Amino acid sequence: MTQTTPTYQFNEAPVDALPYEQAFAELEQIVMALEIGEHTLDEGLNLYQRGQALARHCADLLEKAELRVQQLVGGALEDFEGE
Amino acid sequence: MSQLPFFEPPSWTVTDVTRYLRNLLSGDEHLQDLWVMGEVSNLSRPASGHLYFTLKDANASLRCVMWRNTVIRQQVLPRDGEAVEVHGGVDIYEAGGQYQLYADLIRPAGEGLLYQEFLRLKARLEAEGLFEAERKRPIPKWPRRIGIVTSPTGAALRDMLNTIQRRFALVEVILAPSAVQGTEAPVNIVAALENLNQVTKPDVILLARGGGSMEDLWAFNDEGVVRAIVASMAPVITGVGHETDFTIADFAADLRAATPTAAAELATPNRVDLLALLFELSERIRRSAGANVQDLKWNLAELTNRLKLRSPEMRWLSDRQRLDDLARRASIAWINRLKVENLRLEGASQRLDSLNPEAILERGYAIVTHQDGQLVRSIKDVSPGDDLEVRVSDGQFNAQALENLEN
Repeated sequence: MTQTTPTYQFNEAPVDALPYEQAFAELEQIVMALEIGEHTLDEGLNLYQRGQALARHCADLLEKAELRVQQLVGGALEDFEGE
Repeated sequence: MSQLPFFEPPSWTVTDVTRYLRNLLSGDEHLQDLWVMGEVSNLSRPASGHLYFTLKDANASLRCVMWRNTVIRQQVLPRDGEAVEVHGGVDIYEAGGQYQLYADLIRPAGEGLLYQEFLRLKARLEAEGLFEAERKRPIPKWPRRIGIVTSPTGAALRDMLNTIQRRFALVEVILAPSAVQGTEAPVNIVAALENLNQVTKPDVILLARGGGSMEDLWAFNDEGVVRAIVASMAPVITGVGHETDFTIADFAADLRAATPTAAAELATPNRVDLLALLFELSERIRRSAGANVQDLKWNLAELTNRLKLRSPEMRWLSDRQRLDDLARRASIAWINRLKVENLRLEGASQRLDSLNPEAILERGYAIVTHQDGQLVRSIKDVSPGDDLEVRVSDGQFNAQALENLEN
């Protein structure tokens, strides 16, 4: 399904695979598209579901992320284990 | 042979002498504002929190006191055997008959020279425009990659990593380990900054070190380090020492934080804020997606209402509503009445309490009776040898009258 709003191109990529910044940017676009409101009920429902999934995914990423620390030795990176 | 005067001059009291000396000392401008250099000995800090020590050199010693409220502002406390410079004023402790230095600042010896050097270098670099506001790069709001230059074993690193994990763990952290004190530190820091910029291109760099003496922090006043900060491609946030420590690196940095933890906070968005933002977006989606359906429902509801208003059923409904209204008002009045009565009862019961003899006993009075229960109100009710009972608030005991003494 492809349908358009002035600012948002519907994206079918699975939400779970998106990195945070990308998911968040898409979420913002969906909010704007919905608020402009130039869409049918069906389209609106799709946007709604995708938007909520993106918001949940972002929150999950924030809650579950484990900090990754690497160490720069000479010109190479290696994992840093701490003291 | 000289002749004794007929009237000797009156003797001074010890207090007089001491006060006189105090006046002499406190009137002397040199003695009220001076730096004294010497070696610390007999240092003690009792529970009062005041600091007592003696400053010595080869020929003399000087007792020193630093009051608690000044001690807690002192970043580094001296240790026995250490060479220091102490600032303060000389006064007399009257009760002990001792003159002493009341210290308000202690610094390691030689720090005065370091400070002069610091001011000279700062002025020179400032004149060169290295600290200009226009030169400062903006700090990205959402960094993907944060570079850290600090000691790999220090508390500063642990604090920063904890802070980043807590606030925005989605970021990638690259540590460029470096000595942060000692002679090799400046060269180390410069190399770490250059290496980070060239190899990993971070969005922002944290240059940090925990608190220490002015000498410990000296690497951050090194000209090479300052220039490396200015030359960095990524913006640099410094977090060196404590709140009150300012290094030249701080002036050159794009942003100065008071501590390593604060530097990590300035470099990252806060998870809680981001979650709140997500919630808000999700709410906006819910509202605007629902708006379409809501509009239709409204239209429908309005039409139905208009139909109803014209129906014969309406007349009956409005009578019914007036009845409900009256019933509701009546019940509210009744409830209010009950409330007033309740309050009255409570007031009366409190007044009764205050008349109760038990309450009087609580205040320390006693009731004295004969064994048969007859109250003793007057001295005339008792004869010596009478057995009596004395009641106090939590019980009673027996007593015997010994002797009648009329007031």
